Amino acid sequence: MDLGTPIHLIPAALDRLMPLHLRVDPAGRILSIGPTMAKIVPDGSLIGADFLQVFVVRRLTRLTTLCELRRHLGDELHISMQGSAPTGTFRGLAVPLHEDQGLLINLSFGIGVIAAVREHALTHADFAPTDLAVEMLYVVEAKSALMGAWKDATFREQGAKRAAEEQALTDVLTGLRNRRALDLAMADLTRSGESFGLMHIDLDFFKQVNDTHGHAAGDHVLRVVASVLSSETRSSDTVARVGGDEFVIALPGMVDVGQLATIARRIIDRMTQPIDFEGNTCRISASIGVTLSTFYSPALAEQMQADADEALYASKRGGRAQASFHAPGERLAGIHAKTG
Amino acid sequence: MHGLFNRSVQCFIQDTYGASTWAAIVREARLGEHGYEPMLTAPPGLTTILIDASHRVLGHPRETILEDLGTYLASHANMTVVRRLLRFGGADYLGFLYSLRDVRERARLAVDDFNLPSMDLSEQGDGEYRLTCLALIPGIGYVVMGLLRAMADDYGALVFLDFFGEFDGAEVISIRLVDGSHAAGNPFDLALRAG
Repeated sequence: MDLGTPIHLIPAALDRLMPLHLRVDPAGRILSIGPTMAKIVPDGSLIGADFLQVFVVRRLTRLTTLCELRRHLGDELHISMQGSAPTGTFRGLAVPLHEDQGLLINLSFGIGVIAAVREHALTHADFAPTDLAVEMLYVVEAKSALMGAWKDATFREQGAKRAAEEQALTDVLTGLRNRRALDLAMADLTRSGESFGLMHIDLDFFKQVNDTHGHAAGDHVLRVVASVLSSETRSSDTVARVGGDEFVIALPGMVDVGQLATIARRIIDRMTQPIDFEGNTCRISASIGVTLSTFYSPALAEQMQADADEALYASKRGGRAQASFHAPGERLAGIHAKTG
Repeated sequence: MHGLFNRSVQCFIQDTYGASTWAAIVREARLGEHGYEPMLTAPPGLTTILIDASHRVLGHPRETILEDLGTYLASHANMTVVRRLLRFGGADYLGFLYSLRDVRERARLAVDDFNLPSMDLSEQGDGEYRLTCLALIPGIGYVVMGLLRAMADDYGALVFLDFFGEFDGAEVISIRLVDGSHAAGNPFDLALRAG
């Protein structure tokens, strides 16, 4: 076989072409190493050492003799230093030198290039200009910066969504007003001094509906409740869902105890009607607490809500499916006028 | 036009002049409430609209704003990623100048729809170079000049830069590299430290 004319390279040229090379003599001892290899093992201990002793050379299994290595000249090899971490594996290639002068082994960092660059503080000068290692580092860094930018973009979108939700006045599930809308309406009413009734409604047995028939049934029940509340009130009233199964109605101009009791009674009557959902019957009822702005001077939104809430719990304690009125001046005594 | 161009302008204005100035510029540019999403493509000309609005709000000449933008991109603490990506170009300032010829392809390696202006470097002798930038955005040459100035500091090189002129839709910068290792420059590790 014609092997062609031998190429002579001076060591400096070899160092520039292959900064990670090793030259091994016919007996397998390391004769010289490239500058980047010298940077990785700076103590000079490689020169004169037995290549197959200091390096673990694998094809599929470990190649332990020069004879075995010679059978894989020109093949891709996995080479690591004896005792090094698995990330320190080089990709390698061994070729014979002219006239049985030994072997030339060239290495590259392969996939472990980032760890190697970090560990050995390698710079541009440690790579041949033809090596794409620096480009690989560049791409990895650019891509991780981009991942960060995408995450920022996602945060921005979520932030915008949250801001929009905060601005919203509508409860998404029921289409009723939400807590924010109620607070605004209450603030308007107390500021203007217009008298109004306040009704706090809590569903009874709603948790059982959710537990027994699932959340879809629960959502359906909430929508039915919403339509009942809307149909039993005037368009000028503010009907808000303020919690999972809690609703508050502000009724401007409505400060007649008798009329409010009638409205509450009608709401409870309709809530206690069974609600059908996909062949299942859901049963709930409602407990209501009521207070009137005319009980106060001045009427404060927070106080009224707290009193309506307390009246509501009196209804719960009284056996549910009923409405209680806050008793002005005797709030602490807990005396409530029951309807019905 | 990639949204990253506009994002650069936004970050530059916000980090240099504050969020309220940026808000004033967005109002001046009449972009509406949402503006744009930097990771998506924006309508062409938006960057110029933003620069024009910045010019009206800040009262600085456009060229100054563009050059400051370039300096910001290569040197501000919030933009270390840009500085680092540029430093990958070369071991020294001359290597960096040479790498600008590949910067467009490099950028597309990371973001395939991100089209930086193509650049060409020619040697005039005596340490004189000319960098020709295709003017995707009018005035891009000033941005590149600011960037070259900041990178010279980063490499510790002494350079004189001049806006040479506009020719056939390209903007040309003249570069005189007086000393490639005038000062120590900033350190650069090829691999980011862990953590």
